[in-house]
Amino acid sequence: MYEFDWSSIPNALPFLWDGMMISLQITATAVIIGIVWGTLLALMRLSPIKPLSWFAAGYVNLFRAVPLVMVLLWFFLIVPHLLESLFGFPRGSDMRLGSAMAGFALFEAAYYSEIMRAGIQSVPKGQMSAASALGMTYAQGMRLVVLPQAFRNMVPLLLTQGIILFQDTSLVYVSALADFFGAAYKVGDRDGRLVELLLFAGAVYFVICFTASRIVRHYQQKLKTA
Amino acid sequence: MITMNNVSKHYGSFQVLTECSTQVQKGEVIVVCGPSGSGKSTLIKVVNGLEPFQSGEIIVNGLSVGDPKTNLSKLRSMVGMVFQNFELFPHMSIIDNLCIAQTKVLHRTQEVARDKGLKLLERVGLSAQAAKFPGQLSGGQQQRVAIARALAMDPICMLFDEPTSALDPEMVNEVLDVMTELAREGMTMMCVTHEMGFAKRVASRVIFMDQGRIVEDDSKEAFFANPRSERAQQFLAKILHH
Repeated sequence: MYEFDWSSIPNALPFLWDGMMISLQITATAVIIGIVWGTLLALMRLSPIKPLSWFAAGYVNLFRAVPLVMVLLWFFLIVPHLLESLFGFPRGSDMRLGSAMAGFALFEAAYYSEIMRAGIQSVPKGQMSAASALGMTYAQGMRLVVLPQAFRNMVPLLLTQGIILFQDTSLVYVSALADFFGAAYKVGDRDGRLVELLLFAGAVYFVICFTASRIVRHYQQKLKTA
Repeated sequence: MITMNNVSKHYGSFQVLTECSTQVQKGEVIVVCGPSGSGKSTLIKVVNGLEPFQSGEIIVNGLSVGDPKTNLSKLRSMVGMVFQNFELFPHMSIIDNLCIAQTKVLHRTQEVARDKGLKLLERVGLSAQAAKFPGQLSGGQQQRVAIARALAMDPICMLFDEPTSALDPEMVNEVLDVMTELAREGMTMMCVTHEMGFAKRVASRVIFMDQGRIVEDDSKEAFFANPRSERAQQFLAKILHH
């Protein structure tokens, strides 16, 4: 019978906390950059200018057709070399966190772009007509009339995608970066208490994500009745 | 003020407008009517370039709508338009709906825009609703706000695209009253509508359309007394006898 021993967790809490901060940093960066870049991609995709639309479609289809963990590896392995040779970054400088943020942001942008595209299309066409009829340019109509409504309609989906992203940040373990999952793994491995640490980490992920998705659901219901 | 010369438009092989020509003088009120699918909405949407057209020429206040060199946004800011489904901006309060284009397009200050907006709300009888959101208003109220929003831009003419078609019957008159008052004040107007009572009261001319063509373009007296085309006779017989 396996004897559980949780004693290595209390001492490891500061290290795990640092790991959690890294996970949250990656999530926040990827959500913010992902939504901004994703919105731009959605606008390009819907643009009447064909090359822009093709570029956005190609980008989105590419990133949605490859596994996330592979994109992360590209960024860990290839991008630092590129930066070294292009911008003269010192060889061997630790760019794992930066690479992870960039990889996630660019990958998630493809998904956010599809959400925003659906959001823009959920706004009745007459809204843009009304904006144009008042003398607004296409850009003004988008920025002042269509996008605010698209965002409002899509907030629950954008947040849900953020929760999935937070779970996916655990994939940075492939670069040995000590995010929350990586930190828990390292501690467990060091103390020979992998099972306890992974159960603990799982419980923490569950509590955070479950709470967050409840909040999203609450907001969604409020939006429906408003 | 508005001149259309042989304007034609098609979607693929479907002809929406065929060689439509007419003129609207300053202060005239033109009612455009006809069976559904006759192209009457399209006829007024080409006037401010909301719908492109393939051939012909439209001149509004000296500016050619079809000319790529024309600043369409500027032209549209001078031509008010009211839609069948109101198209108020649901994420903004009523007063913000009236101010947004004034500040962003005409670059008026917030105070000037607000004063103007409140005056126009008072004019359409909705001062008390300024802080509410469009979803909290009835259809008739929303359409009056939409008219006020268009008027806030000090337009040289107004286009109405079936402004009462989406309204409950008891709300039609409150909107028609605002439009009648506007017509009496000398606003140049093109109205697509089935409200023949409104046409009889305020129209200077009636344009009757069928299958993308302007079939009749006559004074209201002539149009209602003895329409020349058989199609218009049938249309009037159907619409007036009920």
